[in-house]
Amino acid sequence: MQAFAETWEGQGDMRPRMRRTFVAVTTLSALGVAWFVLTTETGLISSGRFPDPAATWAAMRQLAGPGYAGSTLVVHVAQSLKLVLGGFLFASALGVSVGLLMGWNRKAEALINPVFLLLRPIPPLAWIPLAILWLGLGDAAKIMVIVIAAFVPSVINTSTGVRTIDPTIVEAARMLGTPHWRYMSEVLVPASLPAIFTGLRLSLQAAWTTLVAAELVGALAGIGLVLNVAQQDIYPAMILSAMFVVGVLGWLMTLLLGLVESYALGWRTA
Amino acid sequence: MEPRLQPLETIAYGAIGLVTFFAIWTIVVLSGAVPHTFLPLPTAILTRFTFLLTHSFAGATLPQHLLASIDRYLGGFLLAALVGVPLGLLMGWFRWLDDILSPIFDGLRFIAPIAWVPFAALWFGTGYGGPIMIIFAGAFSPCLINAHRGARFVNASLTEAASMLGTGHFRTITEVLLPASLPSIVAGLRVAAGLGWQSLVGAELIVAANGIGYMMVQGQANLQTSTVMAGMVSIGLVGFGMDRLLRLAERAVGKRLGRPA
Repeated sequence: MQAFAETWEGQGDMRPRMRRTFVAVTTLSALGVAWFVLTTETGLISSGRFPDPAATWAAMRQLAGPGYAGSTLVVHVAQSLKLVLGGFLFASALGVSVGLLMGWNRKAEALINPVFLLLRPIPPLAWIPLAILWLGLGDAAKIMVIVIAAFVPSVINTSTGVRTIDPTIVEAARMLGTPHWRYMSEVLVPASLPAIFTGLRLSLQAAWTTLVAAELVGALAGIGLVLNVAQQDIYPAMILSAMFVVGVLGWLMTLLLGLVESYALGWRTA
Repeated sequence: MEPRLQPLETIAYGAIGLVTFFAIWTIVVLSGAVPHTFLPLPTAILTRFTFLLTHSFAGATLPQHLLASIDRYLGGFLLAALVGVPLGLLMGWFRWLDDILSPIFDGLRFIAPIAWVPFAALWFGTGYGGPIMIIFAGAFSPCLINAHRGARFVNASLTEAASMLGTGHFRTITEVLLPASLPSIVAGLRVAAGLGWQSLVGAELIVAANGIGYMMVQGQANLQTSTVMAGMVSIGLVGFGMDRLLRLAERAVGKRLGRPA
């Protein structure tokens, strides 16, 4: 598939990458100009529905400087990142372990799977009211929903990864009499690492979406709270700024995980 | 890898797992370690569920809340499919459209769908339009991405044969690209259905005056854990049912048209 995609890319153009970058920059600039024209210049879109660039800039400076919804941008971002990363790390450590166990040991899988199938159709966001009932509006409730959200994808992808390891590798290790723990650390884990990372990416995404939702429902700080307060104040410029922050943070986290992945999977000639 | 288990063994282990799960739950509650208001017995949730089927809570019975949710859900999901799939096919066929729209969607992709809630409420209100926009935000990208990917990886000899025979753009898209990328599209619809359902629940938790999410928020406000958990059960059941339906569709399409790209 990869090779196919590359030949496809190469068709027609001499330098497809440069052309794409050029078109992307042009599109985004055109969008920026259209935004300015539709709001500030002509007022076709009223500022009550969508903010103009100047108001958005002012809202961003307010968020960064004096602060909004109780604290400054740095405090909100630190709060959200602390929860999402903490919850994600805990859930993925747990999820990968359970996934390895389920992929490796059929009895464990048969034992755990039905319970898992029972809980899986409940979307993570549906746990939010229960988390608030149990743990209130503080950090603990957020961590609970993030852990639930991030746990499932890491378990599924890890166990699938173990199951789909090339049987030749497994048998070779067996035949050579590899002891259990070495088999675990040198065959099982490395061979399922690509699938594990697919799971981690999905986990991280789910964790971030769930945290933003949980903070929107109720929180004391965090970027979701900024969105919520801006909605109640009917402050479109602040809504847009907060959405921008949500997007940038989501992007940064994906980027970071991508770096970890290319480091961990360096042995693969990808 | 260990040898496969016998079917009977799988069932036996599964039963042990489930019984253990519910036994621990029951023992924890009966021992008084946690109060009933905090964690009700499994049977209490079932009782509450059947009670809500016929008795009104937060303005409506459970089936009425569910119907309100499903009504919104279908609206948002169909809108996402009707916009996302054709747009994805067009982007797969016309390179210039792909080049123009991809940077925009790449940027929007990182914004969690639920973060659209404030604008959705501001633009379309909290009744019907707002939640529909949230579902749309959740379900749109899998529809678009899978149609796009399906159309791009259509066997080049098919599209070349079509263009050699003088087939126009419109007919190439509807009669070559669409059927050839159908397996990928249906797979995308299944992912979209799950994400859309989850976005709807989120939207109803934050803004809505009826629906299953609203019922759960009211249950939470009244400290009725059993109502909240009955809501979770219904959400799970509906989500599970929809996923099964689309899985069947996926298999039917896959059988007729080969495996997805």
